[in-house]
Amino acid sequence: MKKTWTKFAVVAMSFMMVFALAACGGGSSDSGDAGSTALKLGNTGPLTGPAAIYGNAVKNGGQLAVDEINAAAGSEVLAWQAEDDEADGEKAVNAYNKLMDDGMQVFVGSTTSGSAVAATEKAFEDRVFTLTPSASQVAVTEGKDNVFQLCFSDPNQGVAAAKYIVDNMPDAKVGVIYNNDSDYSSGIYAKFKEEYEKSGKKLVAEEASAEANTDYQAQVNSMKNAGADLVFLPTYYTPASNVLIQADKVDYTPTFFGVDGMDGILTLEGFDTKLADGVMLLTPFIASAEDEATQKFVKAYKDAYGEEPNQFAADAYDCVYAVYNAFQETGLDASAANDEICDALVKAFTGGFKYSGLTGADMQWNEAGEVNKTPNAMVIKNGVYEPVK
Amino acid sequence: MADRILKSISTRGLKNAVRGSQYKREALISYGILIVGYILLQLGAATGMIGHNLQGQFVPICVYASLAVSLNLVVGISGELSLGHAGFMAVGAFSGILVSRIIGFHMGAEPVILVISMLVAAFMAAIAGFIIGIPILGLRGDYLAIVTLAFGEIIRNLMNVIYFGLDDKGHLKFAFNHPIEGIENSQRVITGAIGATGTKTMANFTWGILLCLFTVFIVLNMKNSKQGRAIMSIRDNRIAGESIGLDVRKYKLMAFVVSAALAGMAGCLFGLNYSTLAPVKFNFNTSVLILVFVVLGGVGNIWGGIIAAALLTILPEAFRQFADYRMLTYAVVLILVMIGTYNPTIKSRINAMWSKINPMKNKDKKKSSKNKKTGKEAA
Repeated sequence: MKKTWTKFAVVAMSFMMVFALAACGGGSSDSGDAGSTALKLGNTGPLTGPAAIYGNAVKNGGQLAVDEINAAAGSEVLAWQAEDDEADGEKAVNAYNKLMDDGMQVFVGSTTSGSAVAATEKAFEDRVFTLTPSASQVAVTEGKDNVFQLCFSDPNQGVAAAKYIVDNMPDAKVGVIYNNDSDYSSGIYAKFKEEYEKSGKKLVAEEASAEANTDYQAQVNSMKNAGADLVFLPTYYTPASNVLIQADKVDYTPTFFGVDGMDGILTLEGFDTKLADGVMLLTPFIASAEDEATQKFVKAYKDAYGEEPNQFAADAYDCVYAVYNAFQETGLDASAANDEICDALVKAFTGGFKYSGLTGADMQWNEAGEVNKTPNAMVIKNGVYEPVK
Repeated sequence: MADRILKSISTRGLKNAVRGSQYKREALISYGILIVGYILLQLGAATGMIGHNLQGQFVPICVYASLAVSLNLVVGISGELSLGHAGFMAVGAFSGILVSRIIGFHMGAEPVILVISMLVAAFMAAIAGFIIGIPILGLRGDYLAIVTLAFGEIIRNLMNVIYFGLDDKGHLKFAFNHPIEGIENSQRVITGAIGATGTKTMANFTWGILLCLFTVFIVLNMKNSKQGRAIMSIRDNRIAGESIGLDVRKYKLMAFVVSAALAGMAGCLFGLNYSTLAPVKFNFNTSVLILVFVVLGGVGNIWGGIIAAALLTILPEAFRQFADYRMLTYAVVLILVMIGTYNPTIKSRINAMWSKINPMKNKDKKKSSKNKKTGKEAA
């Protein structure tokens, strides 16, 4: 029995250790809140593991924007903290809670969709305003009035593409090839069709295929026979490349039009990039774009981190500016309580707040938290992306 | 009859027979840790001493602790190396989430939904354990480890292509390898590789501790039953066990299925703690993590596994201040702890220090060495 008591002592001690750790965590949060004038932005993303490129891009992009704003303001008006979530829902909740312990006031996250769905659930409960840079699943914002997306939700890319085609290519005969076994592809297709037919026009051909399919002969012939001169490809880049190869075989040369899943086709192994010449796509950000804002951002990012920024970095950069601009509109200062900030920002975002940034002009948000913006149209020429003039 | 003979040839059985107090001690410590830990942590949370970060880990800690205890049934008590525990967790998690959504469509009483979901999850995981257990339990050692690893991966990959949804009327829709058409996004329950979304979170610390207590109760009682002694005797000497007519496959399967069912329950509670859950969570790494809890806590040691699970869940979070070097630090600490707890020199040093601080220990040692002697004589 005496041995039992010594074991109890061991157990008690290990609990005290846990407690000591916990107390450290709790203590620092209290001291963090007091006397600071900076609005604390937090992000969770995969800083380690296979998706670390995305997480670190968001971390750096956000940091760059915060540094710029602080330099322009001459004092520390924003603070930025990114925590690792390994692109895992469980870790994302832990990371989110850590940010809360450290006094986060606005949540700019999470970077990946799976993490974001889990973490924004907590942000919804805690009444913390959330603007995710890059989590595109519909479930991220669904049912959460204080969660907003800066990127298009997956299906809304279809709406943007349809609008662009109706506005800029009104005479085109449009056909669609999509993957019916992919949520991403069939979601975009459904929204595209709905929006396009609102304009009173009909699609001349619609063909579906499985994502893993490599033979698009039937689909491409159907497009050709229907006389489609613009083929919308709401797919990832691998199926798109197979369509392009098939079209080349039968000398069919319409304008192909893709969405952000097309990004990557130029680096696809074994694919002749000449075939992609003239392919158009709507994408939020391309580092080689020649507009002034993009060039300035790319240069600043390269100077700071030594590499070319990707779409995620631009998304995060825009997020920070959007939150900061909206926050200034509300007239609150950083000492306000989280729910006060949250309500004011929700009101601003749903009440006509507009923001133009790297990833699109005239961004506006609806009640569902989805963004409406004019995406940049790009065209592939000689193996590089160029903005459509 | 077999049981009585078994006692006389199995050293473990003998120990249990001679030192009946061992069971009581193990039970006392295990339940004690859980109850004392629960009270302390709840107090800490209520007084604001514990921050969001640790509070958010209460449920995962309970889940991992009960997973460690249930895996101990296979690894420690049955003596087989299983690397597929996360697979059973996955079966439990997704079936539990599905059931909770179906029941939740008709009624709102959360405790009832939670209990029913966990029972169904346990049942489904037990079936999975049974189906997998039959063909593979003839294997031993490394071979079993490899096959369980493969089965864990198969379960996870199956989850990647399974789609469930609930339509307006609450009818269940199922699709294999393609998304369900014609339902709203919010009506999707399980969406292939995206996993479960829109889960109503119901788990809390109290449920977590209840799960742990239940798991410990089942495992301890099983360990100290006739069946448990049979399982341990087969572990210690399979041929001797067979020679007295023990059905080796039956007893091994029993341990395996009970362990799978308990893992399913833990998985269910885990699933109901997050609004989303992707199948990738249940990959090989999670299986290994659970095994690490068991090994660090001491193979066969129930309460050791609980403490190891709690510590190793908290550690990576506590290391967040190391930023980029967080996982590196965690790995180094893990290696040091593993070396430290299994190195005989270090172990004896620590024991020596203990006995210096605590003079009671010496008497205790003498007593136990006496016990050992009598044990040998009897054998």
